[in-house]
Amino acid sequence: MNPDLTGIALQTVLLLLLAPLITGCIRNWKSRLQNRRGPRLWQPYFDLVKFLRKDMVISEHASWVFAAAPYVVFITALLAGLMVPLASAQAPLSLFGGVLAIVGLLALGRFFMALGGLDPASAFGGMGSSREMTIAAIAEPALMLAVFTVAITAGSTDLSHIVSSAQQSGWDLLNPARLMAFAALFIVLLAETGRVPIDNPATHLELTMIHEAMLLEYSGRYLALMEWGASIKQLVLMAILVNIFLPIGLIADHSVAMIGLGLVVFVIKILVLSAAVALVETVNAKLRLFRVPDLLSAAFVLATMALLSTFLFH
Amino acid sequence: MDLSPIALLTLALLGYVIGSLAGLVLCRWERLANFLSFGCATLGAGCGLVACVELLAAGGTTAPIQLQLLPTLVPYVQFTVRLDSLSLFFGLIVSLLGLALSLYSLGYARGFYGRKNVGVLGAFFNLMLLATSLVFLSDNAFFFLIAWEIMALSAYCLVSFEHEKPETRNAGVFYFVMSHIGTGCIMLGFLLLFKDSGGYGFDGFHALGEKFSAAFHDRNNPDFPVALHQLLLRRDAAFLLFLIGFGVKAGIVPLHTWLPQAHPVAPSNVSAFMSGVLIKTGIYGMTRVFFDFLGTPPMWWGVTVLAIGTVSAVLGVLYALMQHDLKRLLAYHSIENIGIILMGFGASLMFLDTGHPLLATLALIAGLYHTINHALFKGLLFLGAGAVLHATHTRDMEHLGGLAKRMPQTAFFFLIGAVAISALPPLNGFVSEWLTYQSLLQGFGTTESLLRLMFPIGGALLALTGALAAACFVKAFGITFLAQPRSEAAAKAHEASFTMLLGQAVLVAACVFLGLFPTVFLKILDPLTQQLTGLQLSQQLTLANGLVLAGANPAGGTVSTLGIALLGIALLALPFALWLALGRRTKTHIGPTWDCGLKGLTPRMEYTATGFSKPIRMIFKALFRPRREVQREYDFSPYFATNIRFEAHVEEVFETKIYRPLNRWVLWLSRRMRALQAGSIQAYLIYIFITLLLLLLFAL
Repeated sequence: MNPDLTGIALQTVLLLLLAPLITGCIRNWKSRLQNRRGPRLWQPYFDLVKFLRKDMVISEHASWVFAAAPYVVFITALLAGLMVPLASAQAPLSLFGGVLAIVGLLALGRFFMALGGLDPASAFGGMGSSREMTIAAIAEPALMLAVFTVAITAGSTDLSHIVSSAQQSGWDLLNPARLMAFAALFIVLLAETGRVPIDNPATHLELTMIHEAMLLEYSGRYLALMEWGASIKQLVLMAILVNIFLPIGLIADHSVAMIGLGLVVFVIKILVLSAAVALVETVNAKLRLFRVPDLLSAAFVLATMALLSTFLFH
Repeated sequence: MDLSPIALLTLALLGYVIGSLAGLVLCRWERLANFLSFGCATLGAGCGLVACVELLAAGGTTAPIQLQLLPTLVPYVQFTVRLDSLSLFFGLIVSLLGLALSLYSLGYARGFYGRKNVGVLGAFFNLMLLATSLVFLSDNAFFFLIAWEIMALSAYCLVSFEHEKPETRNAGVFYFVMSHIGTGCIMLGFLLLFKDSGGYGFDGFHALGEKFSAAFHDRNNPDFPVALHQLLLRRDAAFLLFLIGFGVKAGIVPLHTWLPQAHPVAPSNVSAFMSGVLIKTGIYGMTRVFFDFLGTPPMWWGVTVLAIGTVSAVLGVLYALMQHDLKRLLAYHSIENIGIILMGFGASLMFLDTGHPLLATLALIAGLYHTINHALFKGLLFLGAGAVLHATHTRDMEHLGGLAKRMPQTAFFFLIGAVAISALPPLNGFVSEWLTYQSLLQGFGTTESLLRLMFPIGGALLALTGALAAACFVKAFGITFLAQPRSEAAAKAHEASFTMLLGQAVLVAACVFLGLFPTVFLKILDPLTQQLTGLQLSQQLTLANGLVLAGANPAGGTVSTLGIALLGIALLALPFALWLALGRRTKTHIGPTWDCGLKGLTPRMEYTATGFSKPIRMIFKALFRPRREVQREYDFSPYFATNIRFEAHVEEVFETKIYRPLNRWVLWLSRRMRALQAGSIQAYLIYIFITLLLLLLFAL
């Protein structure tokens, strides 16, 4: 039962390379929808390279925690990504942890990111940390309940099992329970990735930002790791969403043609979801902070209804 | 030297006795008293630790070892010690914590030199260690209650150690009263059991459990005798009494209110012991009684315990978030963690009722694993808080900050504890909560009734608890240790002394070990689950030579904290490679934090602990009922205030809605009762006569 090293290496490369593209696509499409030209699709790659080459300015108040945070954010996002089935139904690291470990790892990254926000003694960072932790806390029950609904159906918390059981259950994709669980998870996705009704990734208006406020003092290499980590986390959550609820085109055997096809299908699924995110960002205004719990409790109710309708009315 | 574990255990108890006496005798010479009493405690705890580990690792002791500690003078009162796996497991917890805390105390007690009597502190500390060990080891109800009482009293004396502060005195008295309400319930519970078992020995109670089970399985029989029906009713009553009695000690909601008052005011080594071990005596009592003495449980027991656990977990963490007193915050987290432990126990009781021993064992393991985990990381965090208090003389987070630079080791240890308690991988809190999630999720299929919805909802609330705990510890660590110091005292803080750091390091090592090597530790739990549910799961839960931990079946989910940690370290090669490829020529500059063009940031501009938790306070305002009062003095415009006074309060619902009315009612009743106590001896003689008559009538 040795972990499959080539699988790990391939999936790491896929995560590293695909994640900035998704961020770029969402940004570009959002701009198009708003009648702007927008940055190029591959602009995030240039940004990362630029950040990596830049000198860093570190706050005089910051301690070693500030320096540790970018590494923790980056590594935990990658580790979580290795436990998620991307193009193949079998995630390379599924033995090391399922959905509970993924949630835990992402929470560890968030924990350190919030500490990194507090460390430079800026009020903006503290505000960002406080809001990020609050929103994460109220998003978590909805996330878990929606995940439990699929986990209980599959009898496992291992995402590879969940995905293969979703594959076997055939074409009941329009099953209302699954739709509700999907809707709940979609709202959680928006919250966790700092998207518009909850947070605005494009803002630098100090009093409205959440994620950006925590990164305000980061520069150079650390900023690159933070941004990259955030992109990977976004890809991970999107992959969970599409592969649980649309488990088609996953690689079954390891021929080159199959892998190519699987990758193409996976990228298309992710891009469709990205388009949905861009659309939601365009047609919605950012919610006031204290309206966010309403949205997230709606997600919780949706997840509860998904659970009830899966198990009680069958 | 080759000592048998039993001899070592006797040495441990002897060490506590000597330490206690030394503290009292030498209380005039504080340095000597400190050295001797805490030194004896360290040695004793070390012996106890070795003995417990040896006996547990040997594992095969199916029949408990029983020892006569003192001669029997009065019938029923036997001072017999029982060494079965359950006792030894809790003995392990008390010894491990005792070792770390005694080491820490050697340095910490120096802070009291010239102010307080260190000898007395050492004496009561040893006494508390001794009594707690005996609570876990006693073999009959009388001995148990005597040890229990000594433990409660020594803890009371330690809580009231700094009795010159009124806050401390009030907390001490409140603890005293609540503790005795609990003891009363436990005593009644044992009396009820005595009625059917005819003795106070734990073996007799265990045999009674089988009788209970037999009667319980037979209950749907049409000609079920009335006597057995009454037996089961007595069992239910005993369950409730024990739940309340042990619940007070464990700090379950709504019996928790004493805990956040008493734990913070005690000296920090004592707070660590109280939060880490003392409240676990309640958990020990529940495990002993519910799983050993009372036989197969009915469904509603499990449901009750699971519900109480969930409510305690969520409310505990929510109230913790509202605190800005570091130790009070930690005390509220104890309520949360007791809740998480009880979620495992409640699920386990439910599975026992529905006949799923495998899952029941898994849930029980989750609870017990979390018990030792909580002891370790909460002990660690209290020690860290103690070091902060020692260095800055304040527990108020609003006056702290910037300590990561001034106390780097303490900060690092506290961060480890914070990650562990927030149930983040790869540390131990994650492992036990992972087991809890697994048992809850797999429990969904065990019953057809609507009650099964409790499992996923409980799981979702556990997730809420975990995420709120993470938020709370970002606040606790971030405000206390990061950014700029908010007061002169924090700016001048110094690192803790060597023994204080050593005490914390022991607990850090244990947290990391239990986090990374759960499969090794599960072997220790094998004899324990064998004793309580008749199953051993360590083999079933272990995959890939101990690298991977599985749920009850490998398909249900696996996790490997060690694998995650190792791979995480390996992946650090990536950022390193990026640096080699692109960033080798970059430099790092130190500069001021962005201040919007003002002339530098002051600590007053930092985010505060109260501000940090404001969003949560607003979201849950129905529970907290926050109140604030702002007074502003200004000369010409309200935007340029010369003086602002801000006051914010959060209502403690249980105190205002339950305890205060109850208190008023009790006072009213006592005033009425005063009429009986008129001071005339004739009246008293009449009362005695009437009582005698009533008793005689009753006897007829």
